[in-house]
Amino acid sequence: MNYSRISGGVSPAGRAVRSLCLLLMSWCCWVGSVSGQVTGTVTSGEDGTALPGVTIFVKGAQQGALTDDSGRFSIAAPADAVLIFRYYGFLSQEVPVAGQAVLNITLQPEVQTVGEVVVVGYGTQRKKDLTGAITSVSAKDFVQGNIATPEQLIAGKVAGVQITSNGGAPGSGSRIRIRGGSSLNASNDPLIVIDGVPVDNNGISGAANPLSLINPNDIESFVVLKDASATAIYGSRAANGVIIVTTKKGKQGDAFQVNFSTVLSSAQKTGTVAVLSAEEFREVVNEKGTPAQVARLGQATTDWQEEIYRTAYSQDHNLSITGSVPNLPYRVSVGYLNQNGILKTSNLERISAAVGLAPSLLDDKLRVDINLKGSSIRNHFADQGAIGSAVVFDPTQPVFSPDTAYLGYYEWLDPATGKPNTLAPRNPVGLLDNKSDESTVLRSIGNVQFDYRFHFLPELRANLNLGYDISESNGTVTIPAASAISFNRGGNDEAYTQNKLNKTLDFYLNYVKELNDEHRIDLMGGYSFQDFIRENSFTDYVDSLNNIYYKTQNTLVSFYGRLNYAFRGKYLLTATLREDGSSRFGPGNRWGTFPSVGLAWQIKDEAFLKDVSFISDLKLRAGYGITGQQDVLSDYPYLARYTLSEVTAQYPFGNIFYSTLRPEGYDANIRWEQTTTLNAGLDFGLANGRISGSVDYYVKQTEDLLSVIPVPAGSNLTNRILTNVGNIENRGVEFLLNLNPVRTQSLNWDFGVNVTYNQNTITNLTRVPDPDFVGIETGGIAGGVGNTIQIHTVGYPTYSFFVYKQVYDETGAPKEGDYEDLNADGLINADDRYRYKTPEPRVFMGINTQLTYKKLTLSTVLRASLGNYMYNNLSSNNGAYRNFSAGNNFLSNLVPSVLETNFQNNQYFTDYYIENASFLRMDNLVLGYALPGLRSDKIRVQVSAIAQNVFVLTSYSGLDPEIAGGIDNNFYPRPRTLSLSINLNFL
Amino acid sequence: MKSLISLRQASLTGILLVLLSTSGCIDALDRVPFVEITSATIYEDPANYKLVLAKLYAGLAVSGQQGPAGKPDISGIDEGFSSYLRQYWKAQQLPTDEAIIGWNDGNLRDYHDMDWTSSNEFVLGIYSRIYYQISLCNEFIRESTDEKLAARGIAGADAEAIRVYRAEARLLRAMSYWHALDMFANVPFVTEEDAPGAFLPRQAAPAELFAYIESELKAIEPELVPARQGEYGRADQAAAWMILAKLYLNAETYIGQPRYTEALAECNKVIAAGYSLSPNYRHLFLADNHTSPEIIMPIAFDGINTRTWGGMTFLVHAPVGGSMSPAEFGINGGWGGIRTTAAFVDKFADITGETDTRAMFYTTGQKKEIDNIFSFTNGYAITKYKNITSTGEKGSDAVGNFPDTDFPLFRLADVYLMYAEAVLRGGTGGDLGTALGYVNALRQRAYGNADGNVTELTLDFILDERSRELYWEGHRRTDLIRFGRYTGDAYIWPWKGSVKEGQAVSSHFRLYPIPSSDLVANPNLVQNPGY
Repeated sequence: MNYSRISGGVSPAGRAVRSLCLLLMSWCCWVGSVSGQVTGTVTSGEDGTALPGVTIFVKGAQQGALTDDSGRFSIAAPADAVLIFRYYGFLSQEVPVAGQAVLNITLQPEVQTVGEVVVVGYGTQRKKDLTGAITSVSAKDFVQGNIATPEQLIAGKVAGVQITSNGGAPGSGSRIRIRGGSSLNASNDPLIVIDGVPVDNNGISGAANPLSLINPNDIESFVVLKDASATAIYGSRAANGVIIVTTKKGKQGDAFQVNFSTVLSSAQKTGTVAVLSAEEFREVVNEKGTPAQVARLGQATTDWQEEIYRTAYSQDHNLSITGSVPNLPYRVSVGYLNQNGILKTSNLERISAAVGLAPSLLDDKLRVDINLKGSSIRNHFADQGAIGSAVVFDPTQPVFSPDTAYLGYYEWLDPATGKPNTLAPRNPVGLLDNKSDESTVLRSIGNVQFDYRFHFLPELRANLNLGYDISESNGTVTIPAASAISFNRGGNDEAYTQNKLNKTLDFYLNYVKELNDEHRIDLMGGYSFQDFIRENSFTDYVDSLNNIYYKTQNTLVSFYGRLNYAFRGKYLLTATLREDGSSRFGPGNRWGTFPSVGLAWQIKDEAFLKDVSFISDLKLRAGYGITGQQDVLSDYPYLARYTLSEVTAQYPFGNIFYSTLRPEGYDANIRWEQTTTLNAGLDFGLANGRISGSVDYYVKQTEDLLSVIPVPAGSNLTNRILTNVGNIENRGVEFLLNLNPVRTQSLNWDFGVNVTYNQNTITNLTRVPDPDFVGIETGGIAGGVGNTIQIHTVGYPTYSFFVYKQVYDETGAPKEGDYEDLNADGLINADDRYRYKTPEPRVFMGINTQLTYKKLTLSTVLRASLGNYMYNNLSSNNGAYRNFSAGNNFLSNLVPSVLETNFQNNQYFTDYYIENASFLRMDNLVLGYALPGLRSDKIRVQVSAIAQNVFVLTSYSGLDPEIAGGIDNNFYPRPRTLSLSINLNFL
Repeated sequence: MKSLISLRQASLTGILLVLLSTSGCIDALDRVPFVEITSATIYEDPANYKLVLAKLYAGLAVSGQQGPAGKPDISGIDEGFSSYLRQYWKAQQLPTDEAIIGWNDGNLRDYHDMDWTSSNEFVLGIYSRIYYQISLCNEFIRESTDEKLAARGIAGADAEAIRVYRAEARLLRAMSYWHALDMFANVPFVTEEDAPGAFLPRQAAPAELFAYIESELKAIEPELVPARQGEYGRADQAAAWMILAKLYLNAETYIGQPRYTEALAECNKVIAAGYSLSPNYRHLFLADNHTSPEIIMPIAFDGINTRTWGGMTFLVHAPVGGSMSPAEFGINGGWGGIRTTAAFVDKFADITGETDTRAMFYTTGQKKEIDNIFSFTNGYAITKYKNITSTGEKGSDAVGNFPDTDFPLFRLADVYLMYAEAVLRGGTGGDLGTALGYVNALRQRAYGNADGNVTELTLDFILDERSRELYWEGHRRTDLIRFGRYTGDAYIWPWKGSVKEGQAVSSHFRLYPIPSSDLVANPNLVQNPGY
């Protein structure tokens, strides 16, 4: 458990600090009162055991005391004083002494908080009233360690949510999938709402990941909305689920508190791609090569992969101050992160600041919530081409050449010209040292929310939220003219900028009424306006012809409403309706309607279960809803429009070059993609909450898929068009189980596991049903140009591998170019390919466990993925003797699979390279120790040692079995990271 | 408390304002592009018509609006591959004795192996290009009618110029339909009558398509600029005659009818128009070939202004590899891809180029026989296209990527050989003596003297001579089919039918298959026989 994160905001802790604040304010009032000694015992309300280490304060005074190992305490307090009992993981209590000398106190565990609220779209809901599939993860459960981007905080923590980092680069993004991908060509990313500002999913130039501009330390909680009854209130942007991020804030009555934390990390590669050693390579070339090729062998022995990686050190410091001057709770934080990547020269530096103010005015009738977050990142992007280049670069060549041309790096030269060979790989070390690819990105997200409770009608509340998300990127890529990387064009000197401005306005009215304890009605209706503007420019100082400018905008206007109705607190109904208009569609197809309904039955509250003590919670949920999708690359897909060519795509008439005007293909009838979700779930709690969990079954059917499909030739001004065709179905089961097998005075063990089974099937892809349709090929690979390895076909999962069935000889070695004639027509040709496996797992799971012994905590997070396959593109592209013998005046190293296959030419399309990439990974292992409080417990210190990416169990032959998309090539390896974290909390 | 009351009023006013602004925000959904221009305004300005016309020509050359790559015209295929010329060249040259390519790009190999299927992405590539071009032409033709010009108030010289542009657009459309007829025969048929949208074009039979191309070219002939009178790069009457001549010469293939007399008539018109042979054969394929008096219509390229990874960039880079010096080709590096087969090499008695200068082989470090298709050094290389000028200057792109060299789409030598062939095949309107003179004019240019002159002409000789003169210019497949040497066993060349020695292939490969993706998209289409 991390103290700072808890004290940052969860309600019990907040309440305690608030008390402390009151204590300070009433300082003068108590002076002069008569003191007596109060003694007693504090026990747990859950199991009756004594609680050691409970802090006891006299309200309004400075002195405090702690309970001993038997839970006993003794404190001097005036007879009219109020004592405050505080213990982590439990709700704080205030008890008036009222002249008593003995006080025996029972503290209730925090998990049983009644009335705990969860942030849902446009408001909050009591957790017990929820009808949808919603999971919240708060700061105390976040993944710890050297974490630069927010989404990694919940990796492996939520059933149905797959978070796959894009690699080990600093600030690298992640592919987030909630219950599988539901779209083909539109976005599959969930909507992310940060403090009420729905951010746009598209990337930010100059940032590896737009979320890397958010400091994870400022985040208080994530709420994941998974089924449509929860997400439909976000309508058009919710088809892939919604993640609501709430940042830490000050609360009314908070005492002044300072928190400082530091994480120091060291990261190392976990291995390298297997390639032939210099000796092995020499042997192969000597045996198989021509005399000319043998002559090209060098004298050196270079392990290129050792040359490009390093041990990378990182630091992350955060300082936050929370408090409250009367009626103005505040939180101010600053953070500094400097993360080095293991690929030499890669670096991310981030300075971030956040201010949160929550004044309340008009007798608390008007609450204002102001959040401002700003950050500045500086990136140095290492050329990731060096990773692939280090795999193939001839290991018999040295890093540096005695010849000082090309800045002294060894390079393959064209024998005829002495210039760098344009087909050969470049020196990997030279790529890292000589290419300077840097960016500075500023981003600010802010909102101001006015929440007004009407004087004349307290049940009615009006809420206005104004938000913005603005970013400014500036980047440069420079390469010296003498470097071989860009020698022919005289080096590189380019700059790019991007400005994004996204605005949000939300307004809603909320009416809550309880009628004679039987009915509770919570009605909300509102309006939303979102506008997205993006402006890009690119300047090439070496070749001014390449300069580009682009600007685009899209807008969403929405109306929405929600009814929550509870009958006797146990029969619950949520119904929502949203109407969205998108500027991406023509006036006739602009508006989409997205309804949902959710029902829940709190069975535990029924008479027949009320007294069954073994069952502490039982709730049945069912939900149905429709969500939309309009997030496509083009902002104007319905408009007939013309594009003027750049100066490098002109055409000459006579001696004059004319820029050309090209009509664009368009679908005037393009409209929303719709996803219908059915969800049924059961929440349960047994043995007083020590066993709890849930099971959900869902069916997500997406229709009118926004797909890029071939147009009937001649019927439009393009060969492929974005239109609404096709259906995809995702079906799955999610299972969540949390156990607390051991809970004693000094030892506690929590164990959580979440398992998701998801089956994705394309059910239609064409306007006119056609069983003979092969499918849409996708999944570009390295090797050749334009080669693809995957296909979307009706009846199969998306991105199924599309390959030939390899024939093997009697020794078990694959026979080159010999494939099974699957259609039995006597010919081996493209028609013999078949669909074999997919990159997506059938089952994925997260395992979290935490063991606490007194002040020591040991916790770990594991993730497993089963049934996912990978195309080993490194092997296919470097696993043939042709790689060194193609006759282009250079040698390329090979991967060891060539020794097994003896392939002369690359066999890109054989199923030999499709490998099972199921894995079990220990993401995180943390050992934490809470030092005894210093200075009367005014300073709390927590130290942790953290290991990330501890081990991976897999049968996959490549470096890492977890690569989004299932094609292994040029992957920035995930490092193993060891960190030390220190957290200081000054109360 | 006064301030509090005003605060309350302020918040109420705020709420009211929000509600009022709602209707205004709905109008905000009518977003229009900042950078692109909407069709509604583009044709109001007479100056824009020429820019749209330029796109119709550029559609043959570059692959998108960015140059060399970016904002591609067609998608689903690597943009560099997608260029019209590159696709056309591959479809017409790779399945012949003249060219073989060493790249492991998808099913590219199927071209030379002659075992492609209806899902071959390169067949789809040229098919898509043809229909993309036709659609763009249709759009312009639809938007440039006299009625529409009048309605937009465009008159006088502007209207006159646009009328010529429109004729050129019809010519370019006819040319693409001719390509469709030549390669696919039974194809979707769309004209300017069919506005873009979600409809299913009907399939036209070869006879209908033939008649349509013929009637279109005849109809626009008077509207086009007279031969050699227009701007370089634009089609004139001679371009229309060329397409007609080719249509008629291959009419037996296309529609089973001999039309050699008509072919001769068109050849005669071109010959009479005043074109002359370039004095030096090799200069026809260099960076300053736009000055050639022989080229009737080019596909133009430029190292600075007309850039692509397809087109001539492909034809200059891809044949360079092995020990060849890229600098001698005016480029920064070869792509080590295209060579030729021994069958073509053997068309020349002396391959050094010393006698017949059209023999442009590179043999150092190259083997004549091909054991491994993927090894560039297997098979002799060809040095025909270069990005240097006739005076030895490198092209304008300092980096050495993009050539200035234009593609000689139609040139006079082809007309001479078509004339001779049409006469030999019984066409009237020409004679053998003149034919012999034309053929010997070509040979005399090639030899530099009369040593290579011939005294009699046979059809077999014409086929070989066309190969010697016009190799790698996109004619070979059509020629082999016309002479019955393409499929079957009448003529075998290395790796035909995917075996080293070559073998017969089924006659259905004379036509390419309608791509399977279009059969799915358009149920009106019926596949070509044999697929």
